[in-house]
Amino acid sequence: MRTGAQCVIDGLRDAGVDTLFGIPGGVVLDIFAAMYHSPLKFILTRHEQGATHMADGYARATGRVGCCLVTSGPGATNTVTGLATASMDGVPLVCITGQVMSSMIGNDAFQEADTMGITRAVTKHNYLVKSADDLPRIIAEAFYIASTGKPGPVVIDLPKDVQRAATAAVFDGKVNIRGYKPAVEGHPRQIVKLARAINRAKRPLLYAGGGAVAGDAAAELTALARKAAIPVTTTLMGLGAFPETDPLALRMLGMHGTVAANHAVSACDLLISIGARFDDRVTGKISEFAPRALKAHVDIDPSAIDKNVAADIPVVGHVKHVLRGLLDLVEPVERREWLAQVSDWQKTYPLTYDRNSAELLPQYVIEQIYEVTGGDAVIVTDVGQHQMWAAHFFKYTRPRTFLSSGGLGTMGYGLPAAIGAQAGLGSGRTVVTISGDGSIQMNFQELVVAVEHKLPVKAVILNNGHLGMVRQWQEMFYNREYSGSVLSQPGGAPYLPDFVKLAEAHGALGLRVTSRQQVAPALRKAIETDRPAVVECVVKPNENVYPMVPPGASLTEMIHSLA
Amino acid sequence: MKHVITALVENQPGVLARIVGLISGRGFNIESLNVAPTHDPTVSRMTMTVPGDDRVLEQVTKQLNKLVDVIKVTDLTKRRYLNRELVLVEVAAPAGKRAEIAELAELFEGKVVAVQARSLTVQMVGEQERIEDFLRLLKPFRVLALSRSGVIAVARADEAPAGSNAK
Repeated sequence: MRTGAQCVIDGLRDAGVDTLFGIPGGVVLDIFAAMYHSPLKFILTRHEQGATHMADGYARATGRVGCCLVTSGPGATNTVTGLATASMDGVPLVCITGQVMSSMIGNDAFQEADTMGITRAVTKHNYLVKSADDLPRIIAEAFYIASTGKPGPVVIDLPKDVQRAATAAVFDGKVNIRGYKPAVEGHPRQIVKLARAINRAKRPLLYAGGGAVAGDAAAELTALARKAAIPVTTTLMGLGAFPETDPLALRMLGMHGTVAANHAVSACDLLISIGARFDDRVTGKISEFAPRALKAHVDIDPSAIDKNVAADIPVVGHVKHVLRGLLDLVEPVERREWLAQVSDWQKTYPLTYDRNSAELLPQYVIEQIYEVTGGDAVIVTDVGQHQMWAAHFFKYTRPRTFLSSGGLGTMGYGLPAAIGAQAGLGSGRTVVTISGDGSIQMNFQELVVAVEHKLPVKAVILNNGHLGMVRQWQEMFYNREYSGSVLSQPGGAPYLPDFVKLAEAHGALGLRVTSRQQVAPALRKAIETDRPAVVECVVKPNENVYPMVPPGASLTEMIHSLA
Repeated sequence: MKHVITALVENQPGVLARIVGLISGRGFNIESLNVAPTHDPTVSRMTMTVPGDDRVLEQVTKQLNKLVDVIKVTDLTKRRYLNRELVLVEVAAPAGKRAEIAELAELFEGKVVAVQARSLTVQMVGEQERIEDFLRLLKPFRVLALSRSGVIAVARADEAPAGSNAK
């Protein structure tokens, strides 16, 4: 006989979990008691949102399921943003939440919340466990659901009495859920149809999203692009799925996409989406998106097909399998004219900024991060202007090296996700979180966790004194009225908060940079130390992200400057 | 357009909330809803009528299919299907009107199931359209209470009838 709490610990062990992120509380003490005698590594975060983002960063960086453990009530409600972030981006998480005694549920007991009701819309699935006998099966199912199909977060809500109850139940069978059978192999006829379309196309374009990264299909994607001479554009979530140093790489498309990528979308005669979902930030005005193209859509999620854009050739299946099938069927070709056109766009309209500016520009800082790390780093971002600059001015060549909250756009994601990534990858890898002065303050408290566990993450803060992307929209579309977007008031204290002191107070190395010459030495110092480090870069306050497609406009209507 | 969606789901707590949440979260009103176990007690059949745009409801159907507790979802609207609804309706019936109401019920294969001093309660089973007709004709008699089961439906097989050798 085992207790429910012991079933949890054993179930996690059987699922291959080595690290758990979370915070204890009244109704999960039994699980913590069982964990005390297990080899599981527990990382005590300072807020449950931090725990979910750490588990998320761990999952995105390693490809394994991220796991967190929190208490009932506020512990569970604090996970909601992290779960929604993981849900939108298809990140596999298992989150165990404590619940009050079964007999107390619905009685407004101390630290009670309707976790099932609250998390239903932000998870792939959730369970309320009513008997310890079900627990071994539910844990196995949760990991299976989280990691298969389009991955996503699963919540297991576990009342205290179920943790304490004894059970003889074991689960050693194979998970079999009759309502959940994700397709893996794409339909052979659809694959043949797509291969023929590729062979016939004059101007094909691959458009790869997060599914190409999550589906571990970067190698197949690269092989297909090279064999059939197809240029590749990626979404923000797809960065790293195709090496950006390759001449076929058009880099990111969409609202802040490159001119080459957006022009190629508008000119192509065959658009092949690989694990992307035609998000509004990618398509711009949907009726003018890829107007000349036959559209093929490869996705493991049938509900992604025809959601925003009608697919002429839908293929439901695992992208890796489908790409392998295509690779055998496509003919090697040269496509000289199309590639010359694409290369012309790349050369005429590179991503750029004012390299002669006397002020320290954020884009320069990102380029220096690329130089100093030799491009060999895992970059984790928050959300806003810095996120776009991190996408533009660092070249990603390997999958799982760019982690960002793409779908939900969660400010405060970066630092804890970087800590989780470092925990998963070990301290040998360089993990850099690029953030803004707005985003970083949303979960700064988690820096202590990095110090405590000797996880040497490097946080680079591009401090422009504003919620920069909001400021940019206000400058461009709201009459330059900076309502609610100013973080450091003119005439106020120059550094508020003082990020250097704040870093030091948390036990990390703190550095401040205010000019170009200081950037590379400071970054080197930060990367060389085996401690976590914060590098605050005080940058030009009103630099904008270009190019930009205004919201609702077609991808060819790009703004390159306000001048 | 009104869609009739039927789903086979796990007979478990929380499943109904999940399905209703997915539909209502997109601003659709579920006009009628019926849930009950099937011949397999671990499986329930759910039948919903939802008015809404075809394309959006196709998306909703796909997302319902994605739910782990949902075994199969079918939008019956564009297929052959049988539908029935049961209504219990209490109608004001002063002494002189009883025969007239009973006759109307009979014409619709309905049945008077309770007789009160000033009212009758009529039960009627039928296709949605016929139910609507019946209720329209009852209106002048003053309806005091109405309870409808919601539509239940099953798809009809499209293949040739059993016993034929047609392929």
